[in-house]
Order: sequence, then structure tokens, then C-alpha cells
Amino acid sequence: MDRLDRLEAQSVYIFREAFNRIDKMALLWSLGKDSNVMVWLAKKAFLGHIPFPVMHVDTGKKFPEMYEFRDRYAEEWGLDFIREECPPIEDIDGEGLGPAARSAARKTAGLRMATQKHGFNGLVAGIRRDEQSMRAKERVFSPRGLEGNWDFRDQPPEFWDQYKTDYPEGTHIRIHPLLHWTELDIWEYTKREEIPLISLYFSKNGKRYRSLGDQDITNPVDSDASTVEEIIQELRTTKVSERSGRAMDHETEDAFERLREGGYL
Amino acid sequence: MTKDMPMPKDAKIQAEADRNRELLRTVIVGHVDHGKSTLVGRLFHDTGSLPDGKMEAITEMCRKRGMPFEWAFLMDAMQAERDQGITIDTSQIWFHTEKRDYTIIDAPGHTEFLKNMVTGAAQADAALLVIDAGEGVQEQSRRHGYLLSLMGVRQVAVAVNKMDRVDYSQARFDEIEAEYRQYLNSVGVDATFVVPVSAREGDMIAMRTDGDEKANMGWYKGPTVVEAFDSFKMPEPLSHQALRMPVQDVYKFDDRRIIAGRIESGKLRVGDRVMFSPLNKSSRIKSIETWPDSRENPTAASAGESVGITLEEQIFVERGQIMSQVDNPPVETDVFRARIFWLGREPLSVKKAYKIKIGTLQANAKIESVERIVDTGDLSNREAEQVERNQVGEVIIRCKRMIALDEFTENPNTGRFVIVDGYDIAGGGIISMEGYPDQRSLSTVKSTNIYKVTTNVDRAARERRNHHKGGVLWFTGLSGAGKSTIAVALEKALFERGYSTYVLDGDNVRYGLNANLGFSPEDRAENIRRVGEVASLFSDAGVIVLSSFISPYRSDRQRARDSVGEGFHEIYVATPLEVCEERDPKGLYKKARSGEIKDFTGVSAPYEEPAEADFTLRTAERSVEECVEELLGYVGHKFDL
Ligand SMILES: Nc1nc2c(ncn2[C@@H]2O[C@H](COP(=O)(O)OP(=O)(O)OP(=O)(O)O)[C@@H](O)[C@H]2O)c(=O)[nH]1
Ligand SMILES: [Mg+2]
Repeated sequence: MDRLDRLEAQSVYIFREAFNRIDKMALLWSLGKDSNVMVWLAKKAFLGHIPFPVMHVDTGKKFPEMYEFRDRYAEEWGLDFIREECPPIEDIDGEGLGPAARSAARKTAGLRMATQKHGFNGLVAGIRRDEQSMRAKERVFSPRGLEGNWDFRDQPPEFWDQYKTDYPEGTHIRIHPLLHWTELDIWEYTKREEIPLISLYFSKNGKRYRSLGDQDITNPVDSDASTVEEIIQELRTTKVSERSGRAMDHETEDAFERLREGGYL
Repeated sequence: MTKDMPMPKDAKIQAEADRNRELLRTVIVGHVDHGKSTLVGRLFHDTGSLPDGKMEAITEMCRKRGMPFEWAFLMDAMQAERDQGITIDTSQIWFHTEKRDYTIIDAPGHTEFLKNMVTGAAQADAALLVIDAGEGVQEQSRRHGYLLSLMGVRQVAVAVNKMDRVDYSQARFDEIEAEYRQYLNSVGVDATFVVPVSAREGDMIAMRTDGDEKANMGWYKGPTVVEAFDSFKMPEPLSHQALRMPVQDVYKFDDRRIIAGRIESGKLRVGDRVMFSPLNKSSRIKSIETWPDSRENPTAASAGESVGITLEEQIFVERGQIMSQVDNPPVETDVFRARIFWLGREPLSVKKAYKIKIGTLQANAKIESVERIVDTGDLSNREAEQVERNQVGEVIIRCKRMIALDEFTENPNTGRFVIVDGYDIAGGGIISMEGYPDQRSLSTVKSTNIYKVTTNVDRAARERRNHHKGGVLWFTGLSGAGKSTIAVALEKALFERGYSTYVLDGDNVRYGLNANLGFSPEDRAENIRRVGEVASLFSDAGVIVLSSFISPYRSDRQRARDSVGEGFHEIYVATPLEVCEERDPKGLYKKARSGEIKDFTGVSAPYEEPAEADFTLRTAERSVEECVEELLGYVGHKFDL
């Protein structure tokens, strides 16, 4: 087994644990590179079938390429696809938040509403520890409170691949099958498995997106990498962090912490 | 979409090599404030691994708080952590040396967050334990060392940090090294290296300072922290061990019936005959299924792989069973001994019901007894009724049903478990079967083609002729408790009153029926199994059997009860150990105490008191005649038609 085989086996194990232990779960598909890898791994775990819905909580502000991609692969991958909408930005209490963080808070609200509407007890999300230092403290099975909130100061112990799978009524568990992957791992795996991707990740006119969010709060980075191989080469040497193009991480020191506490991915 | 541009050959080889680079997970542990997070921050800086802008960001965080530059802020991401200067939860970060890649796991040192330390440490292949040169070896330095050993993280290096605070004194370093090495040795760990460092100043983290004018620690000739990391060995793959695959799920999404699971150890091949414990049904492996369908299915798989297999025969398989080769199966038992650590808010208590999880198995369980609590400071033992938060101890755990497992020393992945209290994982432990038998052979019918014969004389007819029911009075208790004496006296009294009786006695059957058995836990269990079966036959024949065997294990007596059925009466001869030892009619206790006899019940092997005996005799307070008198009343009541 090489490194990618080991990562894959661990993620498959996590998926299978979640499906067996959690009543009603859904996979959150944000259309980005990580969540495509996640859909792929789910298909591996369940031998071609994904036995739960795949949900896109839509801000309505994604790039047109992303919507095209979504419609094509929801069909091609045979997904049980659900689309839910975020509430209008005016409904979001923006006190103390910058514009980008407020926009993120809107996504959180959309996610909370969709979770309640469908009565999901488990949400599979494609976050990784190496993306951001608060995510680095996450658990693979991470409990959320009644309002979707994360009690990060008092997380349950998690060891020997024994996960928190017992939860009180009304709360849910976030499941993170990619937590132990790095950005480079995602690209290496995408390459090996030939997983399709949105073209925005590849360089056009000296710029490309490293991480895809809403159009108005995501910026491309300088790069000439226009193939998966070139991106892998670039990542081997870069010292620019992955989310540097995500405005909300940088508005204040604790912006991300507060967002995540409230239930943001 | 993926663009296919041919890669230059060098780059391809490079990519291949990178993907096969080793990845070692190393956890940083130790007492609160001894400088773990600082060391990680410094390590990243000194190896050029920090992302752009990180130094500036940290400088700004510290300026805002009006404090000097703090390396720990790289890992301590929470506002609460930065404000209080303490790590609350474990965190992970990646870096690489020339030799290999690393996941560095930073763990908190404060006792309050021991659950988070365990969360981090359990994922590691190796550990660096940090000790403050000024404060020296502290409570959590020892407890963390102990827990690493318990959890099986046996590759440990030590960093004696803040050497700048003790003037880089070699004497102080030597003192700490000697003290802590000795502690680690006593918990079965041999520290690979002990490195003097100053995390804040960057001494001996990634660079040696002996050559230059700083020459703070010219006296130290060993490796730096980075070199110590590179000297760790990669964990051995478990593919050469016996096959263990805990069943995770069974899928029927299409016309295939797929058994899903991860191979924890060993290998499997299409065509292999495999067995599922504890039901012990076996089948051949028909295929190993994979997706995408365009790729060919493999014919073999080994440890670490998550697989989906199909079987030739349609046997009953469910989550929690362990798949193994037929000739090398796991232990089957409903009781085991465990060394545990407890993290729950409420103490671990013999009174409560818990769930345990071993691999994918989940079972209802009770703590039968707390054997001892270990003080991780001086490694002394003491007795206790319960295990408090953050304590370690040894307990006996009894499950509601038969389960399959391994001893931790045999197979770590199937030999460890967690305890769930309510909604939460509240503790973990490792399994030992010391003093307890493998019950596999006892519950397995070995021959096939057995058909039961029904006779024309039924049990009711026999009982009418005898004027009483058949059944078993099962005397259990310590050696010297008085089982045989009372059984023999009672038999005489019953015989005189016209009952059909027979005594089965421990010593007697060991001359004949069980002459081939010794006193190991397995043999004891087999001894009792045979006696139970014989007693069952006698009782079927309408006889009242008086059996007197120590029969120390509850599960063995339960099996005898199951075999006999309704007419089984457990008579507990409840004589305290001190009294038995004082009587010592055969001089056995003396020999057991001197070590001449091993595995002696009550001294060096367990006796499990009956939880609900049908009748209890307190011989210390009564004469043999009085006991017989009491039992005559009981027999009349229970056996007369
Ligand atoms: N003088 C000196 N101070 C140090 C050194 N290393 C760490 N410190 C200081 O010791 C304090 C504690 O450091 P941390 O890195 O937060 O300690 P820790 O072990 O991670 O603490 P917890 O994670 O809370 O257990 C900080 O104020 C550091 O600046 C050192 O080598 N020399
Ligand atoms: Mg720390």
C-alpha cells in the first residue's frame, strides 16, 4: 500500500462507520476539489452506490462553471441529489462581522435550515486539518449542538478509530472523512483516480483558484499551473497557504473561530 | 476537466517517489507549560516549514496582547489558548525532512485536558516527551509516559527543554535524564534519545550550536530533535500476523451480498476458507469487490486495506464478528481483564451499565471488579471501589454475551477497546486474558452428522417412579470451603430418606473422566464443562446430583446451568478466604502462598462469586449438621413431587 492507498482505506472506513452508526445522513457537496474526492471515496466505500443523499447548499453566488459541473456530475455519478438555498443576506445578523464573514454566516444559516428540514443526524463534510488551524483541532466525528454549534473547547475524546456515534435527539454529528488528507494528497489522488474537476483550478492568464468559494469573496492566486501535474509541482514548493484567497479568514484574528463555533464548515 | 499533458520523465519519477515517501506520526507530550507547542513552532521555523506571512501574523497577535513573541501560537489557534497561554485541544501539522514526511501532533499538558492528550497520542507512531529543565520531571511527565506505554506507543525520545533557564547546565540535564530514563524503563519503555534543547532559542531543535560562538551545549554530542525524529523506525506492517477482519457491515445494494471491513492484520486471498467468530460459521471467499467496475478486482488483500468481499456459502454474518482463518481464530469469551484509563466525568463504577466497543463490535457490559488503581507517579497499587477521572487501573469486565477478541500483546488492533458511558466515550483499555480461559472450544460442537435420539421412557415417568424430580445441587466455593464435606453428609441424609442421589466430586473425576486435564484456565473450564454435561445426564435420569467443584468462573457455572436446565440449583458455600486458608485441610494454601502451586483459586487465580446463587451457606457461622438440615428443607421444597 502506498500513501494514497492508506488515505483511501482510512476514509472508506470512516464512511462505512458513519453509514452504519448514523440514522439519517447526507454528504455535503460544495463542488470543489475536496468534495469531489469525497464523492469518489463514497462510491468506493459502497461499491458504486451512494446510499444517502448528496446535498448542495447553494448561495446562488457560485461561478457558472460550478453550476455546470454540478448538473453534469449529479447525473453522471447517479447521485441522490438535493439542492437547498441559503436565506437572503439581509436575514443574517452581521454584528461584528466583516462582509466576507457575514456571507459565510449566511451559508451556515442555510446549512442549519436544510439540516432541520430533512432531519439529518449526520453531515459528511470535506474539511482537512491542514487547511486552517482551527480545523486542525477537529475530530473525525464531531458533535454539533441543537443550533448546529461546535463546542470546540470541550470536544469528546477520539482514539483507536472509535468515534462518537451516540448523540442526543436534535443534535447532529459532522463526519470528516478527509480530515487526515493534505492539499497535496487531494491533488495526487485526483490525478491517480482521474477525478473530474472544475476548470477554475487551472491557470488562465497567470491566475488560478486554489480554493473555491463564493464569487465575491474568493480570489485567485498567481500561478501558471494549468494541469494537475503542474499544480502538484507547484504545491511541492509553495509557501503560500491554501486559504489565502479566502477573504473571511483574514478579516479579524478570530473570524474563523467564531464562524466555526456557529456551525460553519 | 483533467488535462492530459505528458509529464517529463524526471518529474514522474519524482512524483512516484514522493507518493512512496514514509509518513511518520509523532506526538509531542509532557507536563503543562514545559514548552511543547513552542518547540513545534520553533521546529517549523528552523526547518523553513512555515507558510508565508505566518511570522508576521504571530508577531501581530503578540503585539496586540502586549506580550513577547510566542512560538506556541502556531499551534495554539483558539483565542482562549492564546489568551491563557495554554493548549486546550490537540492539533496536527505536516512537515518533512530530507528523510521522510511527518505529521506532528501537539498535545495539551494540563490534566484537565487529558482526554485531548489521549486523542492526540493514540494516533501516533512515536512520541517526543518534553520536560522543563527548571521544573524537572512532573506529574504529567510521568502520567504521559505511562499512557504512551499502555497505548503501545513505545518509541519515545525526550527533550529536556528551557536549557537557557538553567544556564545550559550539563549537571542538571544529566540529573533529569537519569531520573526520567529510569521511570520510562519501569513502564517498559527505553527512550531512544534524551536531547537538551531550548525551544525558545532554537538550540538543538533543527540546528546544533556547538560549533559556533554560542556553543551553549558543546558538551552534548547526541542528535538534535530533528535527527532524533529521523532515527525513529516506521511501524511494522501487520500483514504477517494472523488474519483479523472485524465485520463492519453487510451490503445488499444490488444482487451481491458484500461483507465490508478493514483487514486489521494478516492477509486474505480469494478461495481462502475463513471463519466468523463468535458464531464460528465458515465459508470460502468468492471475490474481492471494488469500484470503479472498469478496473479488475484483486485476488488478494492485506492489513490496512478496507475491502468488500463476497462468500461462496450464504452463512449468517453480522457487524462485530471477526473474520479469521479457520485454524487461527481470536479468543472467545464473555469476561476479560483490562488495563484501562478513565476520562469520564463520572467515575467508572461496578454499579453502572456500560457499553464497550472493540473494533466494530459493541456489547453491553459491567465492570465486575476493580482489581487495583495504579499511581502513575510511583507505580504503586492500591485497592479501590471505582476508577476516578484521569486514573489508570486494572478491572475485570463482563459482557452480556460471548464476544471475539485478542489479547493486546497478540494483536493490538483487536486487543483494545473503549468504554462508552451514556453518549460519550469515557475510557479505553487493553485486554489481557490472564487467569481466564478461551471459551471457544467449550461452546463449539466439533463433529458434524450428529442426530439426537429420543427414547420411550421420558423424564416425567422416571420422576414418578422416584417420587421426586431429578436435578443438580451445584456446590461452588473456594478450596476448603466445605463443599465436599457438606455434599457427602447431605447425600447420606437424602439417601436415607429415599432419594436417588449421586455425588460428583472434583478430586474423583480428575482420576477418570478428566484425567487428561490440568489446572490452566482452559483446562479448568473444560473440567467444569464435562462435569456439567455428566450432571445433566444424571439429572435427566431422575437422579439428584450433588456436585462439588470450586468452579471459579461464573461463565462456566452458567454453561452448566444452561446444559442442565430448570433443575439446576447453585449452592454457594460462602466461606471467607481467611477461614479456608486457616482450615487448609490439604495444605494447599501454604503451597500456593510459597509459589509451589501456581494458578491457585483465591490466591493466584480468580474466584468469581455467584451473583445470584439459589442458596447460600455461611459455613463459618454454622456446623456441618446445621448446613445439612437447612439443605434438607430446601431439597424437599424444590424436588418433591
Ligand atoms: N526560557 C524559555 N522559555 C520557554 C522555552 N520553551 C517554552 N518556553 C516558554 O514556556 C511557556 C509555555 O510554553 P508552551 O509551548 O505553551 O508550553 P506547552 O508545553 O505547549 O503547554 P501546554 O500545551 O499548555 O501543556 C511559554 O511562555 C514559552 O514561551 C525555552 O526553551 N526557554
Ligand atoms: Mg501547548
